[in-house]
Amino acid sequence: MAVEYMGLSKIEGPLVVLDGVKNASYEEMVEITAEGGEHKWGRIIEVYEDKAVIQVFEGTSGISLTNTKTKLTGKPLEIQLSKEMLGRIFDGIGRPIDGLGDIYPDEMRDINGSPINPVARRYPNNFIQTGISSIDCLNTLIRGQKLPIFSGNGLPHDNLAVQIVRQATLSNGEDDNFAIVFAAMGIKHDVETYFRRSFEESGVLQKVVMFLNLADDPVVERIVTPRCALTAAEYLAFKHNMQVLVIMTDMTSYAEALREISSSKGEIPSRKGYPGYLYSDLASMFERAGIIEGSEGSITQIPILTMPNDDITHPIPDLTGYITEGQIVLDRSLFLKSIYPPVMALSSLSRLMKDGIGEGFTREDHAVLSNQLFSSYARVGDARALASVIGEDELGAIDKLYMKFGREFEEKFIAQGKNENRSIENTLDLGWSLLGILPESELDRVDEATLKKYYKPKEG
Amino acid sequence: MTSGYIAGINGSVIRVKGSRDFKMQEMVAVGKEKLIGEVISINGDGVIVQVYENTTGLRPGEPCVSKEKPMSCTLGPGIIGNIFDGIERPLKYINEKSGAFIARGIDAESLDGEREWDVRILAKTGEQCSEGSIIAEVQETSMVKFKLMIPNGVSGRIAEIKQDGKYKIKDVIAVIDCENGEKKEITLCQEWPIRIPRPVKGRKPISRPLITGQRVIDAILPVAKGGTAAIPGGFGTGKTMTQHQLAKWSDADIIVYIGCGERGNEMTQVLEDFSKLIDPRTGKPLMDRTVLIANTSNMPVAAREASIYTGVTLAEFYRDMGYHVAIMADSTSRWAEALREISGRLEEMPAEEGFPAYLSSRLSGFYERAGYMENLNGTEGSVTIIGAVSPQGSDFSEPVTQNTKRFVRCFWALDKNLAYSRHYPAIHWLNSYSEYIDDLNGWYEKNISPRFMTLRNSIMSILQEESKLMEIVKLIGSDVLPDEQKLILDIARVIRLGFLQQNAYHKDDTYVPLQKQFKMMETILLLRDEMEAVIKLGIPVSQVQNTDLIESVIKVKYNITNDDLSGFDRLNEKIRTVCAEIKSNNGFKRGV
Ligand SMILES: Nc1ncnc2c1ncn2[C@@H]1O[C@H](COP(=O)(O)OP(=O)(O)O)[C@@H](O)[C@H]1O
Ligand SMILES: [Mg+2]
Repeated sequence: MAVEYMGLSKIEGPLVVLDGVKNASYEEMVEITAEGGEHKWGRIIEVYEDKAVIQVFEGTSGISLTNTKTKLTGKPLEIQLSKEMLGRIFDGIGRPIDGLGDIYPDEMRDINGSPINPVARRYPNNFIQTGISSIDCLNTLIRGQKLPIFSGNGLPHDNLAVQIVRQATLSNGEDDNFAIVFAAMGIKHDVETYFRRSFEESGVLQKVVMFLNLADDPVVERIVTPRCALTAAEYLAFKHNMQVLVIMTDMTSYAEALREISSSKGEIPSRKGYPGYLYSDLASMFERAGIIEGSEGSITQIPILTMPNDDITHPIPDLTGYITEGQIVLDRSLFLKSIYPPVMALSSLSRLMKDGIGEGFTREDHAVLSNQLFSSYARVGDARALASVIGEDELGAIDKLYMKFGREFEEKFIAQGKNENRSIENTLDLGWSLLGILPESELDRVDEATLKKYYKPKEG
Repeated sequence: MTSGYIAGINGSVIRVKGSRDFKMQEMVAVGKEKLIGEVISINGDGVIVQVYENTTGLRPGEPCVSKEKPMSCTLGPGIIGNIFDGIERPLKYINEKSGAFIARGIDAESLDGEREWDVRILAKTGEQCSEGSIIAEVQETSMVKFKLMIPNGVSGRIAEIKQDGKYKIKDVIAVIDCENGEKKEITLCQEWPIRIPRPVKGRKPISRPLITGQRVIDAILPVAKGGTAAIPGGFGTGKTMTQHQLAKWSDADIIVYIGCGERGNEMTQVLEDFSKLIDPRTGKPLMDRTVLIANTSNMPVAAREASIYTGVTLAEFYRDMGYHVAIMADSTSRWAEALREISGRLEEMPAEEGFPAYLSSRLSGFYERAGYMENLNGTEGSVTIIGAVSPQGSDFSEPVTQNTKRFVRCFWALDKNLAYSRHYPAIHWLNSYSEYIDDLNGWYEKNISPRFMTLRNSIMSILQEESKLMEIVKLIGSDVLPDEQKLILDIARVIRLGFLQQNAYHKDDTYVPLQKQFKMMETILLLRDEMEAVIKLGIPVSQVQNTDLIESVIKVKYNITNDDLSGFDRLNEKIRTVCAEIKSNNGFKRGV
């Protein structure tokens, strides 16, 4: 019944143009058979009365103008969904690649999803303890949040992500009904192996769904990998009421793939060659995090991206930060001081923490303490700048205390072992003991009552 | 009826052929599912329609039918307290119909046609009326009285009018015998094209502040009712929080909050919070004066482009009833990006960074719809526009920030370093400006204190001096400065921590009345004067530093509550006493 078209009128990068098509629809999937019999999938990205522009997922190599057959499927890209996906591994466009055969689909869904109605959302306020002080105290992770890690090449973002997965516990102990969806875009094989082994070691592999588009896989597929992952996550969270954590890495490779396709379409670029719609495109994925009325489940996202040149103003981290609910920024200079995790406190942020901390969630002093730590650590920067001009010995008494505070804050509070799991109480107590280095007059964010209860100045 | 067929699809932009009768800006039902679209360009080749819904699955050949009217808003009771998408579709109703995920092609009236409103009739049969005349009213929410106005283009004699009673929005309330002989039926609702400003009798001079309860705004960088302001800032610097604070606490009658291409959760938060929060002036829930337009970043980009116009049209409508309306638009950059995206798909010649050359005229057209107006019906009302700007890479030289700067008179520049050290609101006092100070001076003089602006200017000059001194401090530290300069640093610190910094999460500090703001400035400057007098006598400034005076002035924002300002007199007395004691301890007599 489906009509097959013979031949193409143009091939350009990952795109092909098919003339004389009838009845094609926008974003419809097509099946392409190359001369040698090789099958490829493609998607219609522009369509006219008798012409369609098709983006070919596996790339256009091996495709010729004359002997290529194209068949319309009549549907947008859908993936098969079922609870059996847990513990399974799929390629970048949702086909099983672990040799365990097909899954029996419970349903099929368009990978693009639909926007969540803001009326149907529930504002997230459920604290997730990660056991990592720089996150729990300063940039608290909340269930249903989208909190990316802004990293750089060679920084330990993978270790941090794995540590979060291993240690994360919800405050109200619904721990068994969780799932992890892992989407890999353009990462190296050993990174994928590292994640897989870590999941295995912490005994959660049966709760993980993996979608893999690795560094040597077709670039165009990368565009759909995170969408497949998020469609699976939505299915598990909102149909099966699971607490789903989605890890997407590396969003930079994703954005580069988008740029490549955009430029082969001849689109007008905005900054650094990235298409003007990069923001909307990223948002169409990040906004799929959250909690909705009428379902017990949630989607928490931890996207990982590597900042080109460690530059936080590069369009990829920049636009991401405008969409996500905060960011955990890793810093090379801390890394070089052997501080793990090298979380740069000042530029990191969790926008949702305010509603998930304090009495009844973590502890009454949490907000005040984290505010004071931020502000004191910001003052450390001034003291260090001055010390670099006049020398630390020449600093005034207060500035010297700030230098000491800064060092200890980085070495004792930010830094911790890759397996060290600190309870929130420990983390907060540690914070107060560091503030003890500073005199009371410097603690301008703390009210009298809290000061009395928690602040213990250190002698000397 | 004009109709054609789809000839091409590229994202939200479709090409239509088959008729030469489509008009610019006309609404079109696109495809079998009748998706909503608008004609945005006409050329020899056909018509370009932007579609306000996802176009996946559309096929060339499907029909496109004109709705024979421009993109319009339905204006009537039921707007306030509600939440709409960018083209005024009711999101609560859509949620009931299609569930948590927004389906497309849903046929939804903007306002509930079944709801009955208690209408009080104000006019009588036989009376003359004209555009804007108010002939009836409805208590729309606990805070807002809706005024039924004669639509534009209608004037004449009231031939029939109903009696007080319950009516639905489409019920005929009155019939007008028009001057041109036509008979017009008046219902509770009317339509207005979103891209055309609603007419007024004239602009009135700007003279009243929009009081926000935020010190750095009210006291340092005030905005006027009917004015315009921009809040540029990188991500996480506090644009949205500032907008939320203004929406909560400013003394407008009505708030139109436009979530334009931003987060869904932020809209949920407004919905949840504003229903619980109580307006300090009226004692009613804040949602009862608020309308939300939510076109979040993942909703169709063309509707994002329209959302700004939908919002300002609703605002003008309530202004025409005699209300002071404030619009928060978060973020205008996302709207500009929507323009860019659509322009790109039309293959227009781009200007800077891919933005179309008409970016600047569109921005000015939007901000020009703000103003303090004399309405057609003789009432006065205002529309204040406060737009967030999200500069790419926090770089304020990018086109949207630069073009916005040309058309707004208040510029609240958010600073990354302030945000990093959690100094909120992170509005940088030296990089920001307000051009309304002269316009508002008279109001502050009359209503708060004749010295208000003088104190403000003293505060500003201390901050300016501090910034100059900091250049030196960076090189040599502050310990070696002479005492007069240390004093400036001390007082500037008090101003920054005690006055400019304001905690949105603190029950008292979140909103501060102007009287208290004034008294805080007074006390800070008193401290300065008293300390100055001490060091003039050659007494080291450290003697004051070692008392708790500085700390108590910094903490005055928490220690003196908004409803009892008597504490200021005691604190001022303490400042005088302590400084006098220091002097006498150093051998100087009291009163010197
Ligand atoms: N006035 C304020 N008081 C307290 N916290 C604030 C204030 N303004 C901003 N913040 C903090 O900064 C975070 C980011 O602010 P937000 O307004 O969301 O930034 P933007 O919209 O500029 O990206 C908030 O989640 C909040 O923690
Ligand atoms: Mg924001």
